[in-house]
Amino acid sequence: MRNTLSKRKATQIIPISFTVNGTWQEIDVEPQELLLDVIRDRLGLTGSKRSCDMQVCGACTVLLDGRPVSSCTLLAFEARDREVLTIEGVAQNGRLHPLQEAFIEKGGFQCGFCTPGMILTAKVLLDGNPDPSEAEVI
Amino acid sequence: MLRRFRLEEPESVDETSDLLARYGESAKIYAGGTELLLAMKEGLVHYERLVNIKKIRSLDQITTENGFIHIGALSTHRKLVESSLLRERLPALVGMESDIANIRVREVGTLGGNLCFAEPHADPGTLLLVLGARLFAAKRSSNREIPVEQFFVDAYETCLEPDEILTGVRVPLPPRPSGVAYLKFGYLERPSVGVAVRVTLDQTRESIVEARVAVGCAGPVPRRVEEAERLRQPVLL
Repeated sequence: MRNTLSKRKATQIIPISFTVNGTWQEIDVEPQELLLDVIRDRLGLTGSKRSCDMQVCGACTVLLDGRPVSSCTLLAFEARDREVLTIEGVAQNGRLHPLQEAFIEKGGFQCGFCTPGMILTAKVLLDGNPDPSEAEVI
Repeated sequence: MLRRFRLEEPESVDETSDLLARYGESAKIYAGGTELLLAMKEGLVHYERLVNIKKIRSLDQITTENGFIHIGALSTHRKLVESSLLRERLPALVGMESDIANIRVREVGTLGGNLCFAEPHADPGTLLLVLGARLFAAKRSSNREIPVEQFFVDAYETCLEPDEILTGVRVPLPPRPSGVAYLKFGYLERPSVGVAVRVTLDQTRESIVEARVAVGCAGPVPRRVEEAERLRQPVLL
């Protein structure tokens, strides 16, 4: 009984609301939950991948209010009252985004595992700078 | 996977200081989390409480006054990179900031968090040394200024007291004519060595009045290199 009580006392619930790919979500998270786990395991959006798990590789990239973040190292409560875009939300009305079309046309893949992060990050670049130089891309 | 912790979200420096005083070493300040969460995920450190200070709104401002630029501790690297004030007045700082880690880390990581984590393989402290920056720390009912030379005590260790919060950085605008540069060398994103230089010329621009050189990543804390600074004497441009 004591164990149960102390465990319950240690659990802190943070109710958050946010949009994911344009859909309003209201969920309860614990402080230590990571955004990537919420997106993948609780919302079932598995396009964002866990790979390096240290904000280097970019496979877990999602856009938070239009800016790229590593969801593997971002606490889920940080998404409250904000807009999250994952790769699943990039296509609109069943039509691929021009970037997705371009990746297909040019075969812009290796194994494809981290392609969602590449497309989302490229989208950020092009949204702010539609005609970047080679140096700006790199 | 992160172990369970509790989250505190104070809205003032005083409230933060009180929480830190109350919970001691079991609590840690959390801002961007880009360094702290990595260490926690690896199990290298664990805290029962994280104190999220991002609700303290006044700590992310970048302003200029009387020849100084004041940078709030919660300013993200991205904010520093995009600041028109810094681009105009301290372009070397913008250059250094724009090359920190990657775009995703710069989006959430803060200057204050970078300095307080005191990871030896970091960039800002080295450049701030040659710029003559002073750090502002606060706790309930007291404030102090800390020269950046005194801030870093050892790897991952600063001179901040347990209930003290870094609130900002004040950088004097470089004298004129002068030049400031920061260069780093390294594999992938972490610098292996970082070198910062500030050279001040006399009004004729023919000789060096003062040279400041600092090196980071080569020891537990960034440090000035007086041996190199003394070499300015025989140099004529």
